Parts: sequence; C-alpha cells; structure tokens
Amino acid sequence: MAGSQPTTIEGAVPQAARSARAPGPRFRPVSEWGPAAGLLLPTLALILWEVLARTGFLPPNWLPAPTVIADAIRDLASSGELWGHLTATLARVLAGFVLGVAAATVLGVLTGASASLRALLDPTLQALRNIPSMAWIPLFLLWLGIQEASKVTLIAVGAFFPVYLNLVQGILDIDPKLVEVGHVYGYRGLALVRRVLLPATMPAYLVGLRGGLGLAWMFVVAAEIMGASRGLGYVMIDGQASSRADLILASLVLFALLGKATDSLLVLGGRRFRRGRAT
Amino acid sequence: MPSRTPSSDESAIRLRRISKTYPRPGRADDLVALQDVDLEVAPGEVLAVVGASGCGKSTLLRIVAGLEQRHGGTVEVAGRPVTGPGTDRGVVFQEHRLLPWLTVEQNIAFAVPHLDPESRLRTVAEHVALVGLQGFERCYPSQLSGGMAQRVAIARALAPRPAVLLLDEPFGALDAFTRMQMQDEVLRIWEAERTTLVLVTHDIDEAVFLGDRVVVMSSRPGRVRRVIPVELPRPRDRTSWEFASLRKAVHQEFFQSRGREPEFQI
Repeated sequence: MAGSQPTTIEGAVPQAARSARAPGPRFRPVSEWGPAAGLLLPTLALILWEVLARTGFLPPNWLPAPTVIADAIRDLASSGELWGHLTATLARVLAGFVLGVAAATVLGVLTGASASLRALLDPTLQALRNIPSMAWIPLFLLWLGIQEASKVTLIAVGAFFPVYLNLVQGILDIDPKLVEVGHVYGYRGLALVRRVLLPATMPAYLVGLRGGLGLAWMFVVAAEIMGASRGLGYVMIDGQASSRADLILASLVLFALLGKATDSLLVLGGRRFRRGRAT
Repeated sequence: MPSRTPSSDESAIRLRRISKTYPRPGRADDLVALQDVDLEVAPGEVLAVVGASGCGKSTLLRIVAGLEQRHGGTVEVAGRPVTGPGTDRGVVFQEHRLLPWLTVEQNIAFAVPHLDPESRLRTVAEHVALVGLQGFERCYPSQLSGGMAQRVAIARALAPRPAVLLLDEPFGALDAFTRMQMQDEVLRIWEAERTTLVLVTHDIDEAVFLGDRVVVMSSRPGRVRRVIPVELPRPRDRTSWEFASLRKAVHQEFFQSRGREPEFQI
C-alpha cells in the first residue's frame, strides 16, 4: 500500500483477527466446514441406503442400492446407449432454452424500454403466464405433432417467463442516477446501453436465465415422458414399463447432474457481471 | 488570497435571470423553485451557495450542469451557452454515484472515453494520485468507505479536465470528521488545479471555509438573498475569531431569510 492513508477501508478485517480464537477446541463448528458440511448428510444417507438395501430391508425392485444404480448407469454407458440419450435430452434443452431466451430477451427489452409497449404487451404476457405450462401440451401436440418441434416449443415456453419477468424488472430497476452519470460524461445511444444500461441489467437477467434453465430441465422431462424414443425421460418411461427402479433412479441422477452442471456453467459465465456487487 | 471581483468579460459561469417552475398536481399555479437568479463566477473562484433544503440551490447547480434543460433565463460557461451536459463541467453529487460494476480506475476511465488508451492510463493514474488513492485502483466501490468513494467521484469529475467543477452537497452524507478532511482535500486539489468551483451546501461552516464568496439563498421562490465575500487567507482557521464572525454573518442572513418566509404554511 503506497503511502499512509488518512482513511481506511471499512470491513477490511485482518485475517489474523479471525483466526485469533483460543487454541484447543477439538471440533470446529459445522458452519466453518465449507463444502464438506453440505456433503455430510447425503454421504450418511447413501451409506445407510446401501446398508439397508444390501441387508434386504429395502426391496430391491422398489429401492435398489446406490451401487446398483451406478451399475445401471455404467451398463447404459458401455452399451453406447447413454450417449444417445444424453445428447437427445441436452439438444432439446439447449434448443428450447435458446428459443425461449431469445424471445424473452427481445420482448423484455421492448417492454422494459418503452412504457407504451409495456402498457400494450405486458398485460397479455402476464395473463399467458398464468396458464399452467403443462396445459399447452395437448395444443402443441395437435399443432406440431409428436416429434421434436412440440417438445422444443414446450421447453421454450417454460424458459421464457423467468427470463422475461426478470429482464423487465431489471430494466425498470436501473438507477436513473447512474444513467445521469452516463449523460454527464457524454454517453448517448449505444454507448450508454453498452457501458451503463446493459451492465446495470445483467444481474437481474442472469437470475432470469438461471430460473429459465431450471424450468427448461423441468419441461424436458414432461416433453420426453409424453412421448419420445430417445432421451433421459425415455429411459425413465422404459424403466417404469420394465419395472426397473434402477433405470428410473439412474435417469433421475443423470438429470440432477446435468441440471447442476449447466447451471454452474451459467453462473461461471455470468460471474464477470457480478463483480463488485454484494451477493 | 485576494478576493476576485468577477468582471463580465471573463466569467467562468454567467447566470442570467434563471427561473424554474414545477407544475403542482391539482393546482393551477406552478411551484416557483427559482426566480430571477443572476450570478457570475470568475475563473478559479470558489463560490459557495447555501440555503435551506428546498430553496432550489441543487436545481441551480443541475441547470449549470445541463441536467435541467427546461428553465427560464440563460447559462453561459466560458462564454458558451449551456444546452446540455458537457465535459467542460464536472459534477460531484451528494451520493458518489460510482458504477458498482467498475473498479476505482475503471470508474475514473469511464469519464474519459475519448482518450487513446495510453493517455487514458496516464490520466487515470494522475487522478488516482490527486485524491490519494494509490493502492486502491482495483477496488470496487462496495469495498470503499464513504469518504474514499466520494474522492473517487471527485477524481472522476476532474479527469476530463473540466474548467468548472460543480459540487452538489458532496459531503452531506459523510460524518463530521470525514467531512472536514474532505474539505481540506478539496482545498488542496483546488490549489493544485485552480478549477472554478461551485459548491452547493447546507453547511455554513463548509461554505465559509471553502468559498471566496458565499451566496445565501432564500426559499420559495429561490432567490439570491445576499452575497457575502469571505476575505480570509487560506488555509482558514475554523476556530479563529474572523471565521466565527463571518459564520455568524451568514447565519444571521440565513435565519432572517427563513424567518420572513416561513418553511411551513398553514
């Protein structure tokens, strides 16, 4: 730090002060364990589950042991089937998500930026939002058939609303005082959008994207259950038809892993837009 | 410090018959925020404007900044009429208004987008040093104290090298001690840069400490009530007898003006 500073940073508590607690306690509180704290319960549950399944306490056709589920995934992988299912599901989620986000972004920017368009469009969109999204299924099947188009459309509808709602709110919440700062330094039009309006909206938009992605995963299950020959939802239905609980659980696990992975990617990609903001 | 008598030929800022009205919902007559304000500020002068809240002093500053464009009368800065915001005028608001997603150096660089990268880096470094924040270039505003954030705001306002710096109650949100430090800081910067300063404040001590002249405004309608020259050498001793008597003079003017035009009407 150059020179002596007449003022100090608030909240800059030296690391030493935090670790200066009295030495000796054998167990650190759970709140200081970090990620390990969150893993404790699932690990214990998995061990208990495995033991109960192995001892025959849980009927294997009802709740097979975790190792059996892992075997089911390994079998799917080694037969080469797994890849086809994963890519089919991922492609649907991606296509639906991109379509939904594109539509939500265009409409969100329009209604957020223009009070007239907001008055015209927003009530209709809010009304459509209140239709339970699964209720679209029969109509989409009738219009678009049982192939990919109806599935992707359903996923797009699911992804649309969280993105749209958060984006509009994010635009409305832009601090006019910061916009004024932009004006003071000569920012107009596109430059103002790029340097002030866009960064100010990004955090809300990212919240919307995460919500939209979550719903896209929810809707791909519905879409694949309503009829598909490939995909993780199909594996589920297949497991149900053949009374194989391990297959159903295997695809549940895969959904969880894929959902978490794509969400983490989104958070990682959006991290630069969260810089400097209190979380 | 000799007191400057503004000559009409070389004013840094010239306000002529400035008026501003706001429509009042449900009433036929408008609220008169400013009425016939005439002021001239000489280059390099520090003009302090004091008045009760609601006297229109901030509106006056926003008019000079070009942020309020619907008003009566004319504003000229360095002889050119003001039609909107411009980089010949720097503005520091009561809140620091730093962009929360930019670091200290990026916030200062934000003010000079027209410079080539090399001169921008130089300008940023110079202004970080000017406000004494070396070592904090990579900090985000949320990591700074209120006083530090306001220094960054001052550095940002000065980065485009404006002829005029407009300060709108810049230290009102700071504690008394930090406020006095910041007043010393502004004085130091002013002595280094000799920028024309217009300081709007409700703090009489601040006005007497910094101003070459103190403009006392009356409320509703906002008008210039009196202009009191402060002919004390700098740095001024806040505890001296001369300082105290000037402060008293401003005080009297301030409260007389409020006594005659009550804040609240039944």
